[in-house]
Amino acid sequence: MTLRLTMLGPIMVIGSILVLFLWHIAVGAKSIPILTVAESLWHFDRTEFDHVVIRNLRLPRAIFAVTVGASLAVAGSLMQGVTRNPLAEPGLLGLLAGASFAVVAAVGFFGLATPGWIPVVAAAGALGGAVLVWTIAARVPGGATPLSLILSGAAVTAFLGALITLMQLMDEQTFESLRVWLTGTLAGRRMEVFVWCLPWFIGGLIIAIAVARQVTALAMGEETAIGLGVDIARLKIIVLICVVVLTAASVAVAGPLGFVGLVIPHVVRLLVGSDYRLIVPYSAGIGAAYLLVVDIAARLVLAPAEISTGIVTALLGAPFFVWLVRTRL
Amino acid sequence: MLQQVKSAFAGDHDVSGAPVAVGCRAISAGYGGQLILDDVSFGAAAGQITALVGPNGCGKSTLLKVLARILRPSAGSVSLLGEDLSRLPTRKIAQRMALLPQGPIAPEGLTVKELVAQGRFPHQTLLRQWTSGDAAAVEEAMALTDVAALADRPVATLSGGQRQRCWIAMVLAQDTDVILLDEPTTFLDLRVQVDIMTLLHRIAAEKRRTLVVVLHELNFAAAYADRIVMMRAGQIACEGTPTETFSSQTLDRVFDLDAQVIADPETGRPVCIPRRHMPNPAAA
Ligand SMILES: Nc1ncnc2c1ncn2[C@@H]1O[C@H](COP(=O)(O)OP(=O)(O)OP(=O)(O)O)[C@@H](O)[C@H]1O
Ligand SMILES: [Mg+2]
Repeated sequence: MTLRLTMLGPIMVIGSILVLFLWHIAVGAKSIPILTVAESLWHFDRTEFDHVVIRNLRLPRAIFAVTVGASLAVAGSLMQGVTRNPLAEPGLLGLLAGASFAVVAAVGFFGLATPGWIPVVAAAGALGGAVLVWTIAARVPGGATPLSLILSGAAVTAFLGALITLMQLMDEQTFESLRVWLTGTLAGRRMEVFVWCLPWFIGGLIIAIAVARQVTALAMGEETAIGLGVDIARLKIIVLICVVVLTAASVAVAGPLGFVGLVIPHVVRLLVGSDYRLIVPYSAGIGAAYLLVVDIAARLVLAPAEISTGIVTALLGAPFFVWLVRTRL
Repeated sequence: MLQQVKSAFAGDHDVSGAPVAVGCRAISAGYGGQLILDDVSFGAAAGQITALVGPNGCGKSTLLKVLARILRPSAGSVSLLGEDLSRLPTRKIAQRMALLPQGPIAPEGLTVKELVAQGRFPHQTLLRQWTSGDAAAVEEAMALTDVAALADRPVATLSGGQRQRCWIAMVLAQDTDVILLDEPTTFLDLRVQVDIMTLLHRIAAEKRRTLVVVLHELNFAAAYADRIVMMRAGQIACEGTPTETFSSQTLDRVFDLDAQVIADPETGRPVCIPRRHMPNPAAA
């Protein structure tokens, strides 16, 4: 109610991201003072060991957290708006599983090594997963309801998960490197892959902001939206492409990070209401901040040991999901 | 038994000579394979209120959906202000014709002002987002429907009558020549129904808008509409002015309703009074 009226909202979100970004870089096996972190960003000194660690390891990881968090949250918000399904999310509706499966098959099975192809393969997998989940749900008696979509998503995710395990068993050595990535992690990804994914992130976010106004209209029901002049068939295709692009790039960088796209849009709606012209940018900002916090927690909770980011998003997201099912269905 | 009255709509003018703002010719439409409307022609004269009445499930909403391009007819054509609807881009249509569907739902958290502002959607583009003209149209619509005081309340927290007025405000903010409304007064108390019908009457009379309104309350249709179109089983059974269409025979034929029709002593408009059917105590 209050956030939407003032400039305070954007300032607070951007401010939090900046603070969390620096804190995120400071945390790790060896904690580095925030001042040194800031210094290394403004006045890089290649002879300082801490600066080199920050530049080569920690800065990329923080950048991954920001882009992936923003993208997954925006993908989730668009899916929820267009399907008017409060449980829609890339993970629950099979997009993450589809993308992971495709990447594992391509990298592990067919030896794909060109980083530029990874988001392409992930996109094909995400699209395949989404179509499969939707097709199964639509054939259930009663059609594609929120619940039948979730069930179908769970089945497809389990099935693809089993196939991934099978591939792993057949060739344990190749898959060893993919094992951690499959739990969802921001660590250890090469900057090279990220650079190839960057146009996908940017393109997806621009499309999301461009269609936000129409998504608000569609969230008011198809008949109302048509009455207002929304070409709903075209809008749905654009949103599907946008969601697939954002999900694919996220998976290519960080593996399957569940529930980010579910949690953030709901929190954002509590803050800014139901106009997607606000929901989309705020989801991006708060999603970025959220994944920074999650990744800080992943490295602090059991320090010096580190848990996968995806494990933390699931630990936080699953109870939220149960709460949503109890209150929204 | 039920013979279809050949529609008065023939071309761009109806029988009384008024130009038709929105109409359809020989349309067939339905859901899946099932035809609900078969060879139906209909026309709403410009600047008038046309009331669409008929028993539940007779196809009123279906006809409105065809006029509003929500349902594509399998045969026939729809015209809007003299143009073929299927040739107009959907945004252009929305600049000329607004729709209030039956039982619309507002997303949780959407405020009254945001809902009404959605009515400006067809007038905006990606680059030209919000102008003073948009703001003025929203203000005016909220003032007309008396929802300005509710502007910052979430729509979901309002009473049924307040909510309905907000939706009407949204449709008015769209600022179109033609407005289609599906049961705008259902579930509302008598007083609020009167308010809404009065409001619609004002819009048609003062702003020269063409209104097509699906109504269940026959006496409101008779009191406020310029023309009444009675439907039964996917056909237009009868149409004309309230005085022409309201009679014991037509009410029986269209609604299976046993009623007497008298004239309102103040306005002269017809009023129907259903006869009560009570079990005869003597027979018990
Ligand atoms: N989406 C739909 N899918 C299948 N059949 C439908 C659908 N909508 C309506 N029908 C059927 O079409 C017929 C006409 O429905 P319509 O909604 O046009 O009736 P109506 O005159 O508006 O009734 P009411 O006064 O109850 O609103 C009904 O038999 C109904 O069951
Ligand atoms: Mg109806």
